[in-house]
Amino acid sequence: MSALVEAQDLVKHFPVSRKIGQVLRGEHPAVKAVDGVSFAIGRGENVGILGESGCGKTTLGRLLLRLITPTAGEIRFDGQPLAEHSGDALLSFRRRAQLVFQNPFDALNPRFTMATSLAEPLRNTRVPAKEHQDRIRTAMRRVHLPDVETYADKYPHQLSGGQLQRVVLARALVVEPEFIVADEPVSMLDVSVRAGILNVMKEIGEQMGLAAAYISHDLALVRYVCERTLTMYCGVVVEDGPTEEVVHRPQHPYTQALVKAVPVPHVHQSREPLPIKGGVPDARNPLSGCRFRDRCPYAFQRCAEEVPPLREIGRGHRAACHLLD
Amino acid sequence: MPILEIEDLCVHYVTPQGVARAVDGASFVVEPGQIVGLVGESGCGKTTLARAIPRVMPKSARVAGGRILFEGEDLLALPARRMNAHRWKKIAFIPQSAMNSLDPVYRVGRQMSEVLIERGGMDKRTARARSAELFAMVGIETGRLDDYPHQFSGGMRQRVAIALALALKPKLVIADEPVTALDVVVQRQVLDVLRALQAELSLSVILVTHDISVVAYLCDAVVVMYAGQVAESGSCDDVLARPDHPYTMGLCNAFPDLARSQGKLVPIEGAPPSLLDPPRGCRFAPRCPFRVERCDEPPPLTRMRPGHRAACWRSGEAAALRIRASRTDTWEQIGARVA
Amino acid sequence: MTLARQPIAGPGLEEASRGRLGRMRRYLVLPTQDPFALVGVAIYILFILVALLAPWLATHDPLEILFLEGGKLARSVPPGAEHYLGTTNLGRDIYSQLVYGTQGALVVGLSAAVAVVTAGTVVGLVAGYFGGWIDNVLMRLADIALGIPFLPFVVVLAAFLRPSMWNVVLAIALLLWPNSGRVIRSQVLSLRERAFVEAAVVSGASNAKILFVHIAPNILPLTLLYGSIAVGWAILTEASISFLGFGPSDTITWGYMLQDAYASQALSRGHYYWFVPPGVCIVLIVLAGFFITRGYEEIFFPKLRD
Repeated sequence: MSALVEAQDLVKHFPVSRKIGQVLRGEHPAVKAVDGVSFAIGRGENVGILGESGCGKTTLGRLLLRLITPTAGEIRFDGQPLAEHSGDALLSFRRRAQLVFQNPFDALNPRFTMATSLAEPLRNTRVPAKEHQDRIRTAMRRVHLPDVETYADKYPHQLSGGQLQRVVLARALVVEPEFIVADEPVSMLDVSVRAGILNVMKEIGEQMGLAAAYISHDLALVRYVCERTLTMYCGVVVEDGPTEEVVHRPQHPYTQALVKAVPVPHVHQSREPLPIKGGVPDARNPLSGCRFRDRCPYAFQRCAEEVPPLREIGRGHRAACHLLD
Repeated sequence: MPILEIEDLCVHYVTPQGVARAVDGASFVVEPGQIVGLVGESGCGKTTLARAIPRVMPKSARVAGGRILFEGEDLLALPARRMNAHRWKKIAFIPQSAMNSLDPVYRVGRQMSEVLIERGGMDKRTARARSAELFAMVGIETGRLDDYPHQFSGGMRQRVAIALALALKPKLVIADEPVTALDVVVQRQVLDVLRALQAELSLSVILVTHDISVVAYLCDAVVVMYAGQVAESGSCDDVLARPDHPYTMGLCNAFPDLARSQGKLVPIEGAPPSLLDPPRGCRFAPRCPFRVERCDEPPPLTRMRPGHRAACWRSGEAAALRIRASRTDTWEQIGARVA
Repeated sequence: MTLARQPIAGPGLEEASRGRLGRMRRYLVLPTQDPFALVGVAIYILFILVALLAPWLATHDPLEILFLEGGKLARSVPPGAEHYLGTTNLGRDIYSQLVYGTQGALVVGLSAAVAVVTAGTVVGLVAGYFGGWIDNVLMRLADIALGIPFLPFVVVLAAFLRPSMWNVVLAIALLLWPNSGRVIRSQVLSLRERAFVEAAVVSGASNAKILFVHIAPNILPLTLLYGSIAVGWAILTEASISFLGFGPSDTITWGYMLQDAYASQALSRGHYYWFVPPGVCIVLIVLAGFFITRGYEEIFFPKLRD
């Protein structure tokens, strides 16, 4: 069965304003947010896209939903290239792919009631009005807010963060999508509330057979919800494999450092220095060869000369590191 | 003698909707050389409390009762000038997103020297030397003293903020969510810097955070706050491994643990009470799976074991309650109650 | 892109009376809380009432040349029972002129304010949302409008068209829209990036829908704010134009009164009752606009409150 979402050599560069010298030299400096990413998401598969800020994961999420268009490379949704969609085809795509936002307080128009916000995607994608009530009710039930009447007239400022995020989720589900991109869906919620939203998301994924891309910097979250995890660093994917493998047997030095860096809620945990050197990746001028080499404790000559390809190293597990040859 | 003692502190905010009792009778103690984690969710009063100590609260805040004893002296009774003298020199405060509070138009070294000259009475040369020393302490090359804030990354700016706080060798440092906005690798680095500094300078630290994992990593003692009051306090090890308060038990269930195998995360259903009109009894009772009739009376913060206090009528049965708390169905039944 | 990871405290559940109805109530209730807004609103209401009730409030026809008993011209009569504010040097009742002048002032002020703010809002919305060459063109037009000196332009306009009230309004509209336009544009630029706008795009909304349903309503407070200030400003401008002699000659406005007084050397003759009242009225209305803006600014931009 073909994958639902396929990204092929995806590149997104954001041009940066040039200085005179650069104009004269014909240079086009840009922030290389996504710099050659290829992967696929199968139907019903939950994939985590893990990385720190600036690694390009948010940009990738927006590319997958065609909120921005790639500089190079291709995205195919259900076999059809996304770039070619327009008009009705685009609306049809919007019905099948939705986004869940990071900030529940900002994701809903503060002047709209919950009812209006929930109906909006239905109106925009031209779902017949008689179906609206049922769809909204079903979606709200899925997010465990079955009393639609109590919420219908409320405004965003009247609800708590957890409730709001559920409504945001319901709004995404109202069009009955096949694919959801969730960008840091719980990072702005209190901890005791996060668990509830994550459980709901897991449940929905199973019930509706949704494919999902969870974008997060939080390894624990990704591990809770996703079967598969991609690690991104400076615009490229450095590791891609089953979540448990990536968490317990990370193969790429960056993933290894990431895993070791996460604190756990027990006093007895490792406090050894991380196997990573300080430094911030520069998305405007990524290093030659392996971009991680200036921070990698194991870097050697080849790392500066050759870009390590994303190579299969185990069952369904790929990593981009020369050490693994 | 403890370096800091908070006794029954009450801090209220005057809002158009009424008086919000952000901190309503909080008590705990900080021993010299300890790192204490002040943990709780949004609205629990931890930031208000943290700001009350060096008295850097917003205008609408009023201290409505209690004492803050710093080395035996009640800070709340001090006249403003004396308090001013304490700030920076004895008690340092690192506000939330301190990394954004550096003035972008001045070089960092100059901002640091300014503090040292104005508050520390140093001359230019000594200030410069001390700034270099501080940078070295937090692990930044001294050459970067002449850079502007925008040339530093988020993590480095946070370290600069820490260096600034330590400039005049304070005894107590209060850090408000110092690593919340940082990526996990940088977070770890900043926490390690804090730990090293604390050991080297024998500082006492109060670390305000919502993240129990950070507390577990860094702190010796922990104070858990809920709805303006202290729910539980004690040594980190004891409180996290053997919590006595149902809220702490629930919190531990809600934090995913990378080291252990995947269990189900259980949320605590419901929401904290409104601070404008808090209930008379235990504030956690509406969400608590172990609630009994007695919980309509406010439970006092009682000492369960040496150094370990909890505000719960049933903390005597804590061992049995912990077993029940580890089962997900215990928490799921509350969903119906608070919906 | 930095991610703010600090959990935000949402407000607890509040009464259902908030929301649209609640907002309306807040706007109405504000004057009772903020003394400045109260004074501002009171002044506006007073002037509006005077303008509406002018025919009943005025004691004489403002342009009628009046005579005393005995047939002498009622020239420069000081304030008294018969003429509350005295008469001009041509025997016209100043009080009645002031009352009818209110009508002129408000018509000019309100029309000009509406015109300027509408133009500014539309341009700001379009330039800010669509960006690209549209934005460039519109902003260059704004630069041109800002570059043209105001009074000379009015003079030229008056030379080509008959000096009338509507020319004043036209001149103000043509040259002063960039002020609000630019601010609204930058507000639109930031709104465009908000999550709920992105949500609308993801849910399939068309550009027009996003502009009118999501962005415009959030711009309205700014528009109203600029409107308040524009009224006072327009009246002031009209007064200046009239004072210089390029204003309407067919209607009584406060500016006309000032010009008349000046030309008749009321200042050197000490006829304060002629030029002070219209001056005071102009000041009051400009102040009122400012006070209202200041009061409502805090509702629209609550961060200013702390």
